[in-house]
Amino acid sequence: MKRKPTRRVAVIGAGLSLFMRRALDTGKELAYYAASQALQTAGIRLKDIQAVVMATAPDAFDGVHMKGEWLLDGAGGVGKPYLRAYVGGGSGVFSIISGWMMVASGVFDLVLVVAEEKMSSCQPHPQGAFLTIFDHIIERPLGPNLLWIFSLEQQRYMAAYGIRNEDIALVSVKNKHNALAHPAAQVAAQLTVKDILDSDVVAWPVHRLMVSPISDGAAAVVLASEQVARRLSDRPIWIQGVGWCLDTSYWGNRDLAYPRYVEKAAWMAYEMAGVTEPRKQIHVAEPYDPFAYKELHHLEGLQLADRGQAPEDLARGRFDRTGELPSCPSGGLMGVGNPIAAAGLMKVCELFWQLRREAGARQVPGNPERGVAQAWGDLMQIGTVAVLGVR
Amino acid sequence: MFKGLTNVAAARVWHGTMPVQYLYTAGVAGERFFQTLRRKGVFAVTTCAECQVTYLPPRLYCERCFADLSEAWAEVAPSGRVHTYTVVHEDQDGRPLDPPQVVAFVRIDGTSGGLIGRLLHLRPQDVQVEMPVDAVLAPPRRRRGSMDDIAGFAPRRVLPRRPTP
Amino acid sequence: MARTRAKPAIARAQAPPYVPLRGHPLNEEEFRGQVGSTAWAPRLEYAWDAGVAISRFLDGLRQGKIYGVRCRRCGRTVTPPRAFCELDFKPMDEWVELLDTGTINTFSICYVTWDMKPLRVPQIPAVIEIDGTSPRVGFLHLVGGVRGRTVTEIRRQVRAGLPVRAVWKPPAKREGAITDILYFEPVRKRTKK
Repeated sequence: MKRKPTRRVAVIGAGLSLFMRRALDTGKELAYYAASQALQTAGIRLKDIQAVVMATAPDAFDGVHMKGEWLLDGAGGVGKPYLRAYVGGGSGVFSIISGWMMVASGVFDLVLVVAEEKMSSCQPHPQGAFLTIFDHIIERPLGPNLLWIFSLEQQRYMAAYGIRNEDIALVSVKNKHNALAHPAAQVAAQLTVKDILDSDVVAWPVHRLMVSPISDGAAAVVLASEQVARRLSDRPIWIQGVGWCLDTSYWGNRDLAYPRYVEKAAWMAYEMAGVTEPRKQIHVAEPYDPFAYKELHHLEGLQLADRGQAPEDLARGRFDRTGELPSCPSGGLMGVGNPIAAAGLMKVCELFWQLRREAGARQVPGNPERGVAQAWGDLMQIGTVAVLGVR
Repeated sequence: MFKGLTNVAAARVWHGTMPVQYLYTAGVAGERFFQTLRRKGVFAVTTCAECQVTYLPPRLYCERCFADLSEAWAEVAPSGRVHTYTVVHEDQDGRPLDPPQVVAFVRIDGTSGGLIGRLLHLRPQDVQVEMPVDAVLAPPRRRRGSMDDIAGFAPRRVLPRRPTP
Repeated sequence: MARTRAKPAIARAQAPPYVPLRGHPLNEEEFRGQVGSTAWAPRLEYAWDAGVAISRFLDGLRQGKIYGVRCRRCGRTVTPPRAFCELDFKPMDEWVELLDTGTINTFSICYVTWDMKPLRVPQIPAVIEIDGTSPRVGFLHLVGGVRGRTVTEIRRQVRAGLPVRAVWKPPAKREGAITDILYFEPVRKRTKK
């Protein structure tokens, strides 16, 4: 990132649907719940919106081909410029990056960003669709399942730094606890490290309670240019920087212990935001936590912990909601749920509420002025990062 | 350019599948539509008063203004007019259909929408755009609350509309 | 029909977005039977071209050889082979026959199938760094020749950094597939080829 964008972009509204294991509601209806709520909280109507971004992961989950187009009306995109943003699990944060580009470029002043996922349609298990991310010739014949890549990465992370599974289980404990205060939450619970490690081993070192659930749900935000944001909102939350980066698709050729692509994405966003010392200048974080270890991995990639040290920081309470650097105060994917693209955008919604000091029972103490949200995905290769702040 | 493989016959093709199946819910609006069809033999619709749009299939929201239509329900008779139609001579696998099937998009009276269905009791040459048709429904006890409850549409003069139960 | 999920009123009142969230959760029974739903079982079949590099790699496996390719620009030797270096965008046409030994970079012990059915005998997937490649270069395969089924038993025999050797199918049964290597088994002493 060599050049600063000329136009500033703010978030002025946010909305969610419930996150659920199986929804009666269609994907369109879920998208509508979140999108209409985001418009309401921004105090605007659909006719004010000039363009719409929709983030939604593979068509094969909902079982709807061209599902971006299918979701159009629920996302408020009828008769408007409409863009589907899609980078697998990274899509939720990529959606706000895409919306940011539309406004920062000067093309639009008001953009609605919606993310939706309905994974319950996919039978017998959404992994039937996930499986095809493995190389069809040199990996799928080995009979892989999605848990493999996570368990392999977690084990490499543990082996590289001498981390114990107890340290990682603590992420599940923290996030499921945080989610107790989240009204959208699907799997909030008060559990202990022992409960986590007593749950079945699905793919050692990953236990069942270290995996986020299958979810249906939606999230949405409204983005505005500076001039419009100041007119419409007394407390706009500014997108200070965005970044994203993809590493090689040959995941067996990478260092699995450290997400270098997240680091690159983070520095792109930090430079744009004028952040030089992330640990001092970031006050609240929403890193991507589809598996327990992932939050730690990503905190390190985001430069918010030393390599291999995030587990120790977690154990001493640094990432608690009341800690020095609250991480996943929402409850994250481990607690609120994981409707893939919507989960990433839910993290942006959480920063919006936290930075406006509206987060109520979930509010982090002090006066957080800047936060970072991050998502991850594709074939374990993308980091998407957004830095938000109060000015 | 690539010395590795000069013999094209050595290039490999790998066969595989994507093992997915789906179970789709009809949604909040869809569920009400199908239950109303099953129980009463009529179509449930939603109306946005402001935009003057009546949605069929019904929707929980107005796609134009995003008004919440979850309390804006009404019911209409399952009848309408042929908006457009096509005559299908082959099935999905390319086998001839004898007699050919007439498939129409039927605009439902009193709504802004419509449904696709087969035209029944009618020769292809007798179909006319804008001709009035009524839905032919499965008998009440055999309805399951799905699209299969609508066998098709038939010309109104051939099959006078029955009073709804 | 579905019900609106009862949530603790306190969470709703005290946490954003401060309004009741919408959505109609179904339990498994409602989902499977009580609401009208439509089932679809598409038949999605594909024929994927292996391409230049992987075709030759598969042919090598049939002969009991693991091939890699080298980039003349950055000097990396990688496997699985590829037609071009994704870092330099130069052809990778210098073929190297690698050893069929390597090191476990990481492994897992998996007790479920992709559709979450339990496996009595676990699979042990691993990333194997193949000897003769640049550091941290390997591919996904399985570890075998290990006794026991429990995590404890298997971890006694398998660890990151462990040297392993390919166990091949008999030549007559090979078909030019990644599964021509049955698995990689731990070796006590690395043999030189």
